[in-house]
Amino acid sequence: MALQTQSQDIEKETAAIIDVHEHQEGPLLPILHDVQGKFGYVPEDALLKIADRLNLSRAEVHGTMSFYPDFRTEPAGRHVLKVCRAEACQSMGGEKLADDIQRDLGIKWHETTPDGKVTLEPVYCLGLCSCAPAAMMDGNLHGRLDEDAVLKLVEEVK
Amino acid sequence: MGAVLYVPCDAAALAVGADRVAETLADELRTRGVDATIIRNGSRGMHWLEPLVEIETEQGRIAYGPVKPSDVAGLLDGGDHPLCHGLTEEIPYLKRQTRLTFSRCGITDPLSLEHYEMHHGFLGLKRALEMTPAEIVQDVTDSGLRGRGGAGFPTGIKWNTVLKAQGAQKYIVCNADEGDSGTFSDRMIMEGDPFVLIEGMAIAGIAVGATKGYIYTRSEYPHAVAIMQDAIKIARKAGILGASVMGSDHAFDMEVREGAGAYVCGEETSLLNSLEGKRGIVRAKPPLPAIEGLFGCPTVVNNVMSLASVPIIMDRGARFYRDYGVGYSHGTIPIQLTGNIKNSGLFETAFGLTLNELIYDIGGGTLSGRPVKAVQVGGPLGAYFPPSLFDTIFDYEAFIERNGMIGHAGIVVFDDTVDMLKQARFAMEFCAIESCGKCTPCRIGSVRGVEVLDRIAEGDQPEQQVELLTDLCDTMKMGSLCALGGFAPYPVMSSLTHFPQDFHVKPLTDAAE
Repeated sequence: MALQTQSQDIEKETAAIIDVHEHQEGPLLPILHDVQGKFGYVPEDALLKIADRLNLSRAEVHGTMSFYPDFRTEPAGRHVLKVCRAEACQSMGGEKLADDIQRDLGIKWHETTPDGKVTLEPVYCLGLCSCAPAAMMDGNLHGRLDEDAVLKLVEEVK
Repeated sequence: MGAVLYVPCDAAALAVGADRVAETLADELRTRGVDATIIRNGSRGMHWLEPLVEIETEQGRIAYGPVKPSDVAGLLDGGDHPLCHGLTEEIPYLKRQTRLTFSRCGITDPLSLEHYEMHHGFLGLKRALEMTPAEIVQDVTDSGLRGRGGAGFPTGIKWNTVLKAQGAQKYIVCNADEGDSGTFSDRMIMEGDPFVLIEGMAIAGIAVGATKGYIYTRSEYPHAVAIMQDAIKIARKAGILGASVMGSDHAFDMEVREGAGAYVCGEETSLLNSLEGKRGIVRAKPPLPAIEGLFGCPTVVNNVMSLASVPIIMDRGARFYRDYGVGYSHGTIPIQLTGNIKNSGLFETAFGLTLNELIYDIGGGTLSGRPVKAVQVGGPLGAYFPPSLFDTIFDYEAFIERNGMIGHAGIVVFDDTVDMLKQARFAMEFCAIESCGKCTPCRIGSVRGVEVLDRIAEGDQPEQQVELLTDLCDTMKMGSLCALGGFAPYPVMSSLTHFPQDFHVKPLTDAAE
């Protein structure tokens, strides 16, 4: 029963998001962004609703969604920590920093800590190459980081 | 009129605590009962000094940086302060620049139309509205402006193709998918002077007969997205965008679209597919986007820097812009000094400085204080240059001649602790992660590249593996559909050529070190 209600809610919320974007040219990415913003991932029920309303096949919507690293099919942890792996950050010790964080948190890229608090994702450039190494905790940017500073970021979030 | 202070809202400043500095500053001013306004400006581009606080005085703005919240009280006490750098405009790093595209960035409140107009805003658009489309295109062609995204294709020629193409609907697409490591100039303009991009796109629209524009940018740039969206709303309300651009017969409106973490979407055809709501798969060319672009319509796809340079060209004239630069590289280029470098930030200058000047005289050498071993110019697909090539001048052709590219003008500096074999492996790994999968040389070649480099690292018949790697790189260069697979060999082969010692093999050529 609870599952059914949840599924209906997802359909309803997704329909409302589609209403907002339907008039746009090429509305699929804006819709997927909003769906993920709403649920934290793109649920299968939302995918089916989008396909139905945009007159696309489920495979087409799935194909688009799965192409882009941003979209998830499972919920992330309560917080997402994106650590830059690109060259400018490497030149300032970014690779060691990433290794240290993975060791400290006890997880690898794309994994979530056992308490469900933090999901660790690699990111290839945040445009903060002049204050490397850089990371993003949820929507917030941080530069000139070291191991202690990153661990503090993790401590600060609930 | 009370005191005026500036604290940047640029993402690089925010990432090092500008918001907390601004809050502390506001609290302290309130406590002291000082009548003051804090303006959140764009960044001046001296990122090693961020957060850079400026205080307006009769002589001009005085710069303090890098400011921590704990420095704020002392800063307001007046007198000599260890973080004071004197008049901002007199700081050598800024004074040596030629700021055309970035003339307002860091000076104005990014979302103030009043500031924008006070600093020559919309003069280019006003002039364009008095001209015929063909005259505008001619001016842009005469200015010598070339695509600042990396390819360096003449902007005016692209516009002319779209102008002449038949189509009920045409589009201006701004490629703001700035994914190259070592670059942030697009982000800085969107966050620091968004109206200049709006103005440039409106001029492009009028020039080619397009009524709709899209800015395709990155989800990694949330601040740029928010500021651009606000700026578009303001411009619409002011009649700059909409059914009648500044009261003219021209209609032009625009929207911001966010990508979703795929690097390859910076390639123009992949970007168009993504805008259409599809997988960001690269399209074969021809047809050129100028003929069959977004939704099959004639489309101008230009980089942020190209479009943001158009207003000053229209305002000051093609000749004014063309007179800067060297050879076939006209105008100015916003160079981004990044990675392990002391004076990191944005440096806009006419083409023609050498890497030596940029890295040492302007950049101050490495931040770590160790010797420079290599620089990568042009993003993850750009070549690594050793110090022996630092006499190369910053110019499209000079870099091509030495098997490199200026790309989006990012320079990443590495000190002598870098292992170039690792950098080569990363280039292949990055290509494998980001490949759209459409063509085999890129999709499979990059995976094989990683494997071959791993065998070299293990010392497994390195000489033969190097031969294999060279052959593989040739195949990727020649056989890939777009620049991702086609240029990934550049960082690999340049590492191998210039730093053979890191590959534990004999030098490929005598020229290498």
